[in-house]
Amino acid sequence: MSLKIKKGIPLIDQHDKNGMWGGKFGGNFVPETLKKPIEDLEKLFSKLRKDQSFIKERDYYFENYVGTPTPLIKLDNLTDHLGGAQLWAKVVSENPGTAHKVYACIVHCLIAKRAGKRYVCTDTGAGMQGKNLAMVAKKFGLRAKIFMGVRDLVRQKKNVDVMKKYGAEVVPVTSGSQTLVDAVSESMRYWVANCQDVHMVIGSTVGPSIFVKISGYSTSQISRELKVQLIEEFGEIPNKLKLLNCVGGGSSAYGFWSEFIDYDKKHVSLIGVEAGGSKKSKLHAAPLSNNSKLGVLHGAKAYCIQNNDGQIGETESLSSGLDYPSVSPLHCFLKDTGRAEYTSATDEEALNAYKLVSKLENISPSLEPSHAFATAISLAPKLSKDTILCIDSCGHSLKDSDIIKEKLGFYTE
Amino acid sequence: MKSEIQLTFENCKRENRPALLTYTVASDPNKKKSLQIINSIARYADIIELGFPHSTPVGDGGQIQTSSNRAIKNGFKMRDSFQIANKFKKNYKNKPVILMGYYNMIYQYGENRFLKDCKKSGVSGIICVDLPWPENKDFAKKCKKKSINFIQLLAPTTTKDRMKKIIKDSHDMVYYISMLSTTGGKLKVSPRKILENYKKIKRMNSKKNLVIGFGITEKTIKSLKSADGLVVGSLLCKTITNSLKMRQNPVTKLDKVVYNLKKKII
Repeated sequence: MSLKIKKGIPLIDQHDKNGMWGGKFGGNFVPETLKKPIEDLEKLFSKLRKDQSFIKERDYYFENYVGTPTPLIKLDNLTDHLGGAQLWAKVVSENPGTAHKVYACIVHCLIAKRAGKRYVCTDTGAGMQGKNLAMVAKKFGLRAKIFMGVRDLVRQKKNVDVMKKYGAEVVPVTSGSQTLVDAVSESMRYWVANCQDVHMVIGSTVGPSIFVKISGYSTSQISRELKVQLIEEFGEIPNKLKLLNCVGGGSSAYGFWSEFIDYDKKHVSLIGVEAGGSKKSKLHAAPLSNNSKLGVLHGAKAYCIQNNDGQIGETESLSSGLDYPSVSPLHCFLKDTGRAEYTSATDEEALNAYKLVSKLENISPSLEPSHAFATAISLAPKLSKDTILCIDSCGHSLKDSDIIKEKLGFYTE
Repeated sequence: MKSEIQLTFENCKRENRPALLTYTVASDPNKKKSLQIINSIARYADIIELGFPHSTPVGDGGQIQTSSNRAIKNGFKMRDSFQIANKFKKNYKNKPVILMGYYNMIYQYGENRFLKDCKKSGVSGIICVDLPWPENKDFAKKCKKKSINFIQLLAPTTTKDRMKKIIKDSHDMVYYISMLSTTGGKLKVSPRKILENYKKIKRMNSKKNLVIGFGITEKTIKSLKSADGLVVGSLLCKTITNSLKMRQNPVTKLDKVVYNLKKKII
């Protein structure tokens, strides 16, 4: 059976009754204890999506708290420097949470409030998810518990300080590789034990299908804005448009693309950039561009870095936010249908991209979107001047200042 | 023909006691020792649950995580669980072995190949932590065809309606998770409350053998002895960890723990 995307229906809703996309990706592979809380959340979310007062509230916070729309800017200097396609950036990081995570955190906290839950918990890799949930939870009067691998606690300390400032409890995760994958596991374990009082938030479009949906529903705000901005700028959706986004779990990429999936791929092409890891290492965090096998992790079936036995494989990336062995079922579906293409950039390429972009332009992408910039930089010179390369600058580099200083010898905001 | 699992429960009932089910991880602390462990504790245990360790066990607490990591680090491969089961069955012909683990391992091994190897090595049942109903319908049917028990799980969050459907699709044994917790959590619900829930489930179908697991230790086991069966896992994993730390032989340590557990329920 060949997989096909339906037109006119958001991709997040194109799953079957088992929560699987194309009958192949996603699902709800969870311990029995979580079936009921997940079912409750599914029911509540499907009700709230049709509830005008909920949508109004969501939009209120998107407008007045996040500050929509985030800017779409032309990168003139970078374009001149590379000599080829025009480079544009949607600076999603221009919001109080400095990352796209803010959207899903707001939606989740609104849901938690309506569900009568007083506590929220989440996983975080780069600390962006943790920081945003801590910030939003405080605003909504909810108590937040953030699970974070010890390795990430060290390398993303700046964000940890912010989480604590907002009054969140940061729980160090010492199991396994002590990175994002273990943080997600630990957050899920905490939810298993406390599902009656706690609303779990997953930091990306991964996990049991309802979490994929809520995350994608929230980040879609990015492409709704982008569509309007492109039409304002060009009078139409440009003829040769390429949307580049980094992909870890894949929530920012889905949000950046969702409004454009129905366009012909020759018109709007979607390019996902995974974390290729260090040039010197065989390890990476790029299951899609390395043709990893289908596996089950954190409740969902998706392409996943693993060994023959099914043990989840070790990953490596300088960017904590992309350092995850699996990927959203939505991206697996987009890959297999041929709608999006996926490639990877190495740590070194991402660092160089950061260096060039922050030198030439007045933006400062974190290491995660720097992967997408790296691919854009290598593509641009080969493309015509009427091609528009638009990159989602979904996170600000401040959290990476220590790593950047260590690797490049300097850091300027 | 009645299954080994069914016969075991009937036997325990005749002796007016619950079945004692032990969970240890295959290849923990290594392949040879884990076989020695189950060979030894099977003198007191009625059903042996053998875990195939996974690197990302989302339903398990610290004790089983530690055991799983140790086994994987010591080179565990899926085929080892079958070899251990097979060797065990040579010593204990009629004692049921249940393999327990996470779905990705079965999925990667191939469902059919997995069941074939279960059959070959004398495995009687399967517990798959993250393959709930109805996701498990097809696989459970395949198990039944091979006369292997697919053991359904019920939790305190499972609704009555859902319970009925799950029990309808269950085989000889059903596993009730005593409380909202990962494995190895401290029993945070009173045994009286657990048994109340237990009885509610039994009333739906008294023929199914219903076992209780999660939070069962030397302290709590006695208060739950009216159940059809009781599962002890994390306590045993912890005992292995501690005995390794103290440079003691985990086989003799576990033997003693399981002996004491058994004494409390007969």
